[in-house]
Amino acid sequence: MIELNHVTKIYPGASQPAVDSVSLTVPDGEICVFIGPSGCGKTTLMRLINRLIPITSGSISVDGKDTMGLDPIELRRHIGYAIQQVGLFPHMTVRDNIATVPKLLGWTRTKIDARVDELLTLVNLEPKTFRDRYPRQLSGGQAQRIGVARAMAADPPIMLMDEPFGAIDPINREILQDEFLRIQEKLKKTIIFVTHDINEAIKMGQRIALLKEGRLIQAGLPDELLNRPADEFVKSFVGADRVLKRLNLLKVRDAMMTNPVHCLSDDSSEKVLEQMVKNDLAFLIVTDRGQRLLGYVNQYDLRGHKGHAGDVARKLTLTVSPERNLKEALSQMLSYDLGILVVVGEDGRIQGVLNSTTLSTLVGSTYDERGGHWGRITAAGRIL
Amino acid sequence: MKRERPRGNYLTLMAVILAFILGVEAQRRGYLNFARENPGDIYRLLVQHLQLVFYSASIAIAVGLTIGTVLTRSFMRRYRETVLNLLGICQTVPSLAVIAIAMSYLGIGRRTAIFALVVYSLLPIIRSTVAGIFQVDPALVDAGHGMGMTPRQVLFKVEIPNAMYIILTGIRTAVVINVGTAAMSFLVGGGGLGDLIFSGLAMVDAGLMLAGAVPTACLAIILNWSFERLEKLIISPGIPRGE
Repeated sequence: MIELNHVTKIYPGASQPAVDSVSLTVPDGEICVFIGPSGCGKTTLMRLINRLIPITSGSISVDGKDTMGLDPIELRRHIGYAIQQVGLFPHMTVRDNIATVPKLLGWTRTKIDARVDELLTLVNLEPKTFRDRYPRQLSGGQAQRIGVARAMAADPPIMLMDEPFGAIDPINREILQDEFLRIQEKLKKTIIFVTHDINEAIKMGQRIALLKEGRLIQAGLPDELLNRPADEFVKSFVGADRVLKRLNLLKVRDAMMTNPVHCLSDDSSEKVLEQMVKNDLAFLIVTDRGQRLLGYVNQYDLRGHKGHAGDVARKLTLTVSPERNLKEALSQMLSYDLGILVVVGEDGRIQGVLNSTTLSTLVGSTYDERGGHWGRITAAGRIL
Repeated sequence: MKRERPRGNYLTLMAVILAFILGVEAQRRGYLNFARENPGDIYRLLVQHLQLVFYSASIAIAVGLTIGTVLTRSFMRRYRETVLNLLGICQTVPSLAVIAIAMSYLGIGRRTAIFALVVYSLLPIIRSTVAGIFQVDPALVDAGHGMGMTPRQVLFKVEIPNAMYIILTGIRTAVVINVGTAAMSFLVGGGGLGDLIFSGLAMVDAGLMLAGAVPTACLAIILNWSFERLEKLIISPGIPRGE
């Protein structure tokens, strides 16, 4: 746990404090994002924590211990540190770079070698290939991965990361962010993550602290910042599309309607059609008895058909996993002009349905009540 | 890279042919007689010359690296420019004048010669040390501090290894110039191959002069080449070179 208590930093000769009485608590195992426009003091605030910059007044405690009472060198060795420029030592191999802190801590050679390989595997780089490379033989993305691995080398409970994915292209950044979140899921480090990118903040942060001119303007869950911005500054900083950004935070699972209306493949076509007409449904999902998605039927195909609904079912190729975020799901719906998306789990079982009604309710504005050209989809379960 | 090898070989071949022609011409004019008759003298003076270079270079490297490194520390920020400018002015004093000034205070002898040589090679070494350490990416230094290196560890494990390419270039320049300047130590009784060169000049004896000049030139070329080799050994393969 990191506790900041009225932390203030005034650089010698400066009239304005760089950090002005910031109080904040970062609970164990959480990523707390410091964000704000450039010059807002977010990097300074981060560097005050491992005492790279001496504090002017206030106090910072890490795991209940005031950092001023600790040896700064010891303190830094137990706090992971990753920066935007990566700062890999060009004269050292990847192995030696990662081994920096373990060496400072006096680990044995065997322990270091094992740890290096473990970390390389963790950041998705083949140890055999990369261990003996020099930083100049790495791509930007690989270097950033090594930078993160180096920060985690001695398994510090706390990590400070200053725009660790800032220097790479957007596509690789997304990949690295996802990988890092996957790693964090397992390791549960307490992380201070500095960025100026609101989208990154929303994606990475369990908690976001928005700073302006050294002062903490609003701190809270990402959803709070988007949904209840404290003032105009926060509102403009998170952007006019803050409503859409909330979609990033929500999973399909949170928004889908479970147990959607459907029929079984061995239901009689005539009866299914009858129910569809009665309920004003243009299309209907078809599953087998094990809830596995088989496809969909429409009224036109069923009309005059004698047999089972499964015989005339059409394939439904566009489905979505419950773990995807709503932004991706919405993008899929818009680009394929779908009124609804069927949510299918990894086992092929149908888990629910996502429709524009639920989405628009979630993002806060009302929309067409009917699920597009699919007709009304309700949580009615099997139609017959 | 691949294109440079054949060109290098070509140049070497040209140099060998040129040296051979010059040698034949020197032989025809009888310039080589002195060298043939007094190999012992040349050898003795060559060793003296080497000693002068070795002692002065060792001291200059030790002192220069220390001063250069100290100048890059933050507490020296206020004095850095002044010190470098002063050293720059000193460097404009001709080497002969440095030797003369040194002699007026220290008298004649090898010590005076070595002292003057040290003073004269100091600046390139200090300059390259300062320049080398300053061109190290600040992010590396920040990363070092942030990971809990002590200031000394940052200096020796991060800054100096990354400045090595530029520092070694400065040392190489200093040493090679030193070989030439060391010839002048004869003037203050320091010995060395300058003995033959200056005697030859005074007596208008080309044979005597060449017996001193040719080994001096060869020494400079060989030392330069050795340092290039040394750089390849010392500098980490991870550091890009030749910028």
